[in-house]
Order: sequence, then C-alpha cells, then structure tokens
Amino acid sequence: MTNYPDENGRFGSFGGRYVAETLMPPILALESAYKEARKDPRFWAEFDSFARHYVGRPSPLYFAKRLTEHASKNGGNGAKIYLKREDLNHTGAHKINNVLGQLLLAKRMGKKRIIAETGAGQHGVATATMAARLGMDCIVFMGAVDIERQKPNVFRMKLLGAEVRSVTSGTSTLKDAMNDALRDWVTHASETFYCIGTVAGPHPYPEMVREFQAIIGREAKAQILKAESRLPDAVVACIGGGSNAMGIFHEFIGDKDVRLIGVEAAGRGVDTDEHAASLTGGAPGILHGNRTYLLQDEHGQINDAHSISAGLDYPGIGPEHSYLHEIGRAEYVSCTDEEAVEAFQMCTKLEGIIPALESAHAIPRTLDMANELGPDGLIIMNLSGRGDKDVNTIANLMGVEI
Amino acid sequence: MTTRIDKTFARLKAANQSGFVAYIMGGDPSHAASLDLMKALPDAGVDIIELGMPFTDPAADGPVIELAGLRALKSGTTVRSVLDMATEFRVDNDSTPIILMGYANPVHHMGYAKFAAAAKDAGVDGAIIVDLPPEEDAELRTAFEKHDLALVRLATPTTDDARLPKVVAGTKGFVYYVSVAGITGAAKGENTAITDAVNRIRAASGLPVVVGFGVKTPKQATEVAKSADAVVVGSAIVDKFHKDGKDAALELVRSLSAAAHGAE
Repeated sequence: MTNYPDENGRFGSFGGRYVAETLMPPILALESAYKEARKDPRFWAEFDSFARHYVGRPSPLYFAKRLTEHASKNGGNGAKIYLKREDLNHTGAHKINNVLGQLLLAKRMGKKRIIAETGAGQHGVATATMAARLGMDCIVFMGAVDIERQKPNVFRMKLLGAEVRSVTSGTSTLKDAMNDALRDWVTHASETFYCIGTVAGPHPYPEMVREFQAIIGREAKAQILKAESRLPDAVVACIGGGSNAMGIFHEFIGDKDVRLIGVEAAGRGVDTDEHAASLTGGAPGILHGNRTYLLQDEHGQINDAHSISAGLDYPGIGPEHSYLHEIGRAEYVSCTDEEAVEAFQMCTKLEGIIPALESAHAIPRTLDMANELGPDGLIIMNLSGRGDKDVNTIANLMGVEI
Repeated sequence: MTTRIDKTFARLKAANQSGFVAYIMGGDPSHAASLDLMKALPDAGVDIIELGMPFTDPAADGPVIELAGLRALKSGTTVRSVLDMATEFRVDNDSTPIILMGYANPVHHMGYAKFAAAAKDAGVDGAIIVDLPPEEDAELRTAFEKHDLALVRLATPTTDDARLPKVVAGTKGFVYYVSVAGITGAAKGENTAITDAVNRIRAASGLPVVVGFGVKTPKQATEVAKSADAVVVGSAIVDKFHKDGKDAALELVRSLSAAAHGAE
C-alpha cells in the first residue's frame, strides 16, 4: 500500500526514534517482536477472532440519510454521506482495534504489565478492557484535568481492574500523561509493555498502530464498493494524534482520486492561542519520540493545546499525517469547539446517533464537503466513537443539571 | 588542540583522582542566581559543569529537575540565555568544561548548525541531548565536529554488548553512564553492576566514563568514584539550591566533590 516508513521509522523527514538511550533497546526489541508477529498467520488469526467475536467487527457502514438531506438543505444539493460506525465497537470507539493488536503482541512477548496514557479515557478504557480479558496488570496514566472532565471513564477503568494514576506535572493533560508513561516505561522496561494509543511516539508505534487500525479502511472500502459500486470521492476523519484518521485513510492512499480530509481541533479558533491544530498552527519539532508538527513557541518550548474534547487536546500529531500534509496527499482542515458542540447535537437529533465530541469535529467539514461535491458525490466519514462519555460536558454547556 | 575536557581528565589522572561533575539548571530560579551558583562551583571542587537547558516536557527527568526546568522557563530562560550564562562564566574561568544538557526540541528549533556555532562562541565544551540516541544524532554530531565540540552519548544498564559499540562509536570527550534504568533522581544502581559497566564501557570506548543518575550523598559518591572517572550529581544539588539556597548547595557540593576526589 505504502512503502514508508523506512527502516528507521521515517515518513519523509518525520517520525524516527527520539528517545533516551535507556529506551532504545526496549524499542528495538518491540520492533523485532512486531516484525515477527505480523508475518505469523496465527497472530492475525487470533486478532481476527477477537475482532469479530469480542470487538464486534466488521463495524457497519451506514448511509446517513438525514445528514445527507441536511447537507442538501444547506447548499442546495449535497453528496451522499456514509458513516463508518466505529462507535459501535466494544468499548465505544476505534481505540480497541489498536489495543487488541498491541496486547496480543504483549502476550506474545511475555509482558504482563501494561501501561497506557489516555486523554478522553477511551484508549484507557480499551486498554483496561483488553488487559482484563487477557489477565494482565494495567496502569493508565491520565492528566488530573482529564480525570475531572471524564469521570465516567475513570470509574470504568477502575471497574475493569486498572489502576488510574493521576498526572499532575505540566498541564495535567494528555501530553503530560504521555511523559509520565514514558518515565514509567524507562524505569520498568523489562517487564512492561507500553501500549501507545495513537499513531505517534517512537518507531515502530506509528507504523504498528496504523496497521492495527487499518482494518477500518479495509472494511470501509469493501463496504462502499458493495453499496455504491464505486470508491468514495472523499474520506473524512477527526484528528488528535490521528489514529482513527490513519486507520481509515491507509487503505485509500493509493487511490489518488479519493480525497483524504483530516479535521483538527480548532478549539476557540486557530487564530487564538487556544487550539490543538498542530498542522494548521504548528511547526516541525521533536516530542514524545518522533519528529512531527507541534504546537510550540519561538524558543521550541511546547505550547498548551486546547480543545473541548479531551481526546484531541494534544500539541502534536502522528508523523505520517505531517508527511501526508507536506506531500499534499491529505488535506487538513479544522473545526472549533463551538462547531463541534453544535454538530454533536445535530447528529444526535437527526440520526439518533450520539457521536463522541472528538468525532463530532469531523461532521461540519463533512457537510462542507457534501455541499462542495454536490448530489453525485460520495463521502465516508469515520464516526470514531460514541458520545455517552460526553453527555456531562454537553449538559454543563447547556446549563442543564443531570 | 587539547580540549578543556581532555585537560581536565588528564589532570585528574595525574592526581590519581576521580572527578566531580555538578549539574545545575540554567535560569533556575533566575538568570543571575543560577549564574552566581555556577561561578562558585569550581572553587567548591567541581571539575566539570553540566548546565541544564530547560524544556517543558522532560520525559527522562524526575520531578526535581522537571520543576527546576519549569521555574527556569517561568523566569524567561531560553537556549540563548543559557548560552549567555556560559559566556558570562568564561569571563573569569577558562578551564572548567561546560557541558550543556537538555532535550532535542529547543535545539532543533534553533537549528543544529546555529546551536553548535553559538555554543562554541559561548565557550561551551560539549552537550548531552537526552532524546537524541545514536540513531538520530548524526546531524548535530556533524555540526559539533566542525567546531570541535563533544557530543557526549549516554550508555545505560539496557545498553548491551551488541549495542555498546554503536553507542560509543560517535561519542567524544567522555561517555556518560546512566547507573540505573530510570529517570533522574531515582534510586542509585548496584555498585558491582556499576563497576562492571564502567569497565566494559571504558574498554569499548577508550574514553573516561562518568557515572550519574541516583547519586545523592557523599557516601554514594565515594562508592561510585571507586570505578568511575567522575561522578555526576544533579537532582540533589538542584533540590538543595531550591530549598536552602546557594550556601547550602555549595556546602553539599564541597562534601560530594571531596568524597569523589578522595576515593581510592
């Protein structure tokens, strides 16, 4: 499909392995175990079995009739919108696909102690779930600010037997949770498997997470060909680190006529200091093991990200997105907090589907694209997760006590 | 040209002593206060100064260094202002080597070539960039070689015999052995394991080996100095300086350096 990353984990000038020497041997060991596993049909047989019977795959590709009609009203004539229903997966988001792959790899490597970072808690819940199923110990690092705004997920992780460690360093959000997970890993490398939740971090994570998430795009392509007998004109997905986007994009990268559109979180606006749009408002730099676009100041210090959605509240982006941006293969746009909240309510009322606030970021740009393409157009939007976890946030914004 | 680093280790060897390396955070709590401490270090027995460049996300550091870095950033510290500290230090001292220590992003943002040239101008002798392993440091190494600066590499307890030649191949000045697989300020590694590792690294590199991470007390410094060419203390000094001020920090430095120098 694609011939990158290279053997050093490079996507063009992005990616790489920017970690302390202490972590290089564990990272090389992980890479070698991953390379072996991906060639082993038994590994994939187990992956497929769990994907089908435990996760509930394939997830449906659903024709969103009323969203399509809504787009038509806006611009006169709108393209057909299909939703890839990752929200229907066990644990409620695409995150479980990656965790399934990584924890089966951990099992293969004989690692029984799993650590993970989480922002919205979706990756944490997915990791705690799979760790419970496979009988592994699980520690989830989560920023204190995120623990406060995602209480239901914190309790879910605890019910699943995971330990949730509150991270109070730095800004107490996702990037700091990742710092603390790296600190833990460097200290307990021999017995620990670090399950990174997105297509970022040192090589081989961006490639490995992409491979485990690519099931989304493979299914979506087969499903759209069955439903419409042709490829879509555009595939749209929200982006924090970018794993759901990479998962659905990957299968389509070789199909040059399919536009790939990533939607970053614009927070209070990309022209303010409060957003999380690394490609739109950042510059290349080095953080958390990879070279990629980052929000940073003129001295190379990392700026705080802001998004109403905890899962997008991260100052970086997966290195492959930086590469696709630079070569122009994918287009990157953004969506503000306000637009996302409005789209959250609209999708809920029109389709009877409560989207995750993260996924809701993709909706306004999908509607724009539907208007741009017109009635003959065809779009797939990745509905990466469900919004049950966000109802408290929305209630607060609406001034409703629940 | 013999570098300050080479001269320092030659002097220590002639005296049959291990050296003492002190780490301080540039700009913590202010430019002036950290410069004042830095200038007093050689007289307190410090042979090499490691000067920290703060970063918002120091994933290899424990809380002491992380908080020091955040204080330094709050006081307006930048890569440029840390280089200025070196320049000001060199006004009265032309012999004590200065090794910058920090993370890749601020340096990458300035540009590797520009950073190397500015470091040379400031009288710096080398740098340790924690998150640039051998696989990623070629560009900075080339820039440093042009100015005869040492890019010091880290070896760790996880660096096995197969990997060690790769780690020491490009290192200059000395090799920094991280005595424990962990973050700065962690518990110290086992003495026998340290001795074995130091001997292994010295044989593979032909360079002096300095040992850091987890050394906090004079007793520990004495133990480590039995095998190491120099002992590094960071978190304990940074913590003392933050909590009790310059005089208390220098008192600790004097006891640590005496312990390192006095070991067999």
